[in-house]
Amino acid sequence: MLTTVLSGDFPRSRWLAALLVTVVAGLAAAPFIFPGTRSLDVAARILVFILLAASYDLLLGYTGIVSFAHTMFFGIGGYGVGIAMSKLGPTWSSLAAGSAISLALAVALAFLVGLLSLRVKTIFFAMITLAVASFFQILASQLSDFTGGEDGLNYKLPELFLPGTKFAEATLFGVELSGRLFSYYVLFAGSLALFLVLLRVVNSPFGRVLLSIRENEFRSEAIGYRTVAYRAVANCLGAAVAAAAGILYAIWLRYTGPDTTLSFNIMIDILLMVVIGGMGTMYGSVIGATLFVVAQNYLQDLMKLASNATKGIALLPDLLHPDRWLLWLGVLFVVCVYYFPAGIVGRLRTRKAPPAP
Amino acid sequence: MAGEHPVLETHGLTIRFGGHVAVDNVSCAFRPGTLTAIVGPNGAGKTTYFNLISGQLKATDGRVSLFGEDVTQMPAPQRARRGMGRAFQLTNLFPRLTVLENVRLAVQSRSGLGFNLTSMWAKHVELIEKAEHCLHRVALAERRNTLAALLPHGDQRKLEVAILLALEPEVFMFDEPTAGMSVDEIPVILELIQQIKAQGDKTILLVEHKMDVVRSLADRIIVLHQGQLVADGLPAEVIASPIVQEAYLGIIKEPAHA
Repeated sequence: MLTTVLSGDFPRSRWLAALLVTVVAGLAAAPFIFPGTRSLDVAARILVFILLAASYDLLLGYTGIVSFAHTMFFGIGGYGVGIAMSKLGPTWSSLAAGSAISLALAVALAFLVGLLSLRVKTIFFAMITLAVASFFQILASQLSDFTGGEDGLNYKLPELFLPGTKFAEATLFGVELSGRLFSYYVLFAGSLALFLVLLRVVNSPFGRVLLSIRENEFRSEAIGYRTVAYRAVANCLGAAVAAAAGILYAIWLRYTGPDTTLSFNIMIDILLMVVIGGMGTMYGSVIGATLFVVAQNYLQDLMKLASNATKGIALLPDLLHPDRWLLWLGVLFVVCVYYFPAGIVGRLRTRKAPPAP
Repeated sequence: MAGEHPVLETHGLTIRFGGHVAVDNVSCAFRPGTLTAIVGPNGAGKTTYFNLISGQLKATDGRVSLFGEDVTQMPAPQRARRGMGRAFQLTNLFPRLTVLENVRLAVQSRSGLGFNLTSMWAKHVELIEKAEHCLHRVALAERRNTLAALLPHGDQRKLEVAILLALEPEVFMFDEPTAGMSVDEIPVILELIQQIKAQGDKTILLVEHKMDVVRSLADRIIVLHQGQLVADGLPAEVIASPIVQEAYLGIIKEPAHA
């Protein structure tokens, strides 16, 4: 049973298993353990970024494709929902239409970009995706009638998702049974299901071919795999899951804008999550995304505490000032890459590693 | 013992790199059940000739045909799926995958399961068993869980051959399979090539420098020199021919112990 759900890809480290169980349990119970608005937002963001990082890991870690267009596909999902909701009205059918169109568009665009450029060398592919993504970002800010430009789109959703909706007068463990709770669990279920799908894909015969392409594309061709076709399919799949993450996030936020979807900062964040968590491990994206989003949101608070505690000592309060949080995040990142070149998951697994077949 | 129709043919096969003609108008037919050794000094174009046949390089001129079909424009993966199997001269593996996985991927390619996204690879037990069988044949089964990159050189060469076996090709192309192997490892590979030959229906091409290996295995020798085919015939004839005696024996003939 567990083998089927996890596709036979177990954490293979007691610490990693414990960490994963903690994260998943924490996210599953988040509305009850962390009922605050901000903390639930953080939990939702973690869910979205786990999915986004996992789909990026399919490309970067498993296939060796370096793409900078991942936020573009994320954005296509977000804007698909946003535009459909604001133009067609907050109905279930327009939500379905917006989602379906954005998924199809993401796959088609990924296929096109792949067809044009997957034959070229890694670095050129990276440059082309960068160009396409920048173009898309400009397009989104220019077509302001559709996209709301730099301000983005605020919209209503079908009633079920709205925070004002109450399902019952009663509360569960002191938490209102509201549309917000429903939205959160839609996000949770969607993210979990798609993550498990990705886990299955990387442990399928197809996923093994992707590994062979990462390891030695030339040899992979020599034993009969048409690597261009495999990379194109991986690219489309990664794009589809990224778009799905965008759809889920747009439903949660009831807002879509360039800063929440298309921004290049997000692209960098995803890259860091995958690298910190451990490339080519899937579970790395869970650990990486959780750590990263938590640090992004709470490092400043922690630093404020530290800064106040060190008042009076020269230099230290300045160094620990909340405004320096990016500096410390950077330091954390350098330390991570230096000491865990295989990421956190890679490090945990090598403590006592039965070799992976 | 040799089949009547050639499995593999090259017609006027040529490749130029700028002004340099690496393979120059080579026409040759290879029949099933025979082992053809390709010899010649370093830089004669032997490996380039292999690359043209298996599709890693595109010919400037001439044709390659496999089972009577023109495959000159066909990319390497398609040629591989049509029965052309190649072991490389410079070890060419999937370094961070295990020995078993290296072979299993070749078995999987043969099975056509590559685009199966929904099943677990570990559930396809028959592929794993086949891969293990191939490892047994090259005496590498005990290292099945070692990463390919961590194998000693001789074992990497054996793995290269095991991948070729796993492809179950009709045409076996060995590019110096024993190069860099220690003396006691070589017999495993030679015996294996003998076994493939004994099946009687496979076409085997072998690039080899060691003359005693060539003499003991080959049904036929062709000699390449500066990209051109300069001799073609039975081993005894070719080795005895004046052109080989004069020009190449010094180079072809390895010291007696090799």
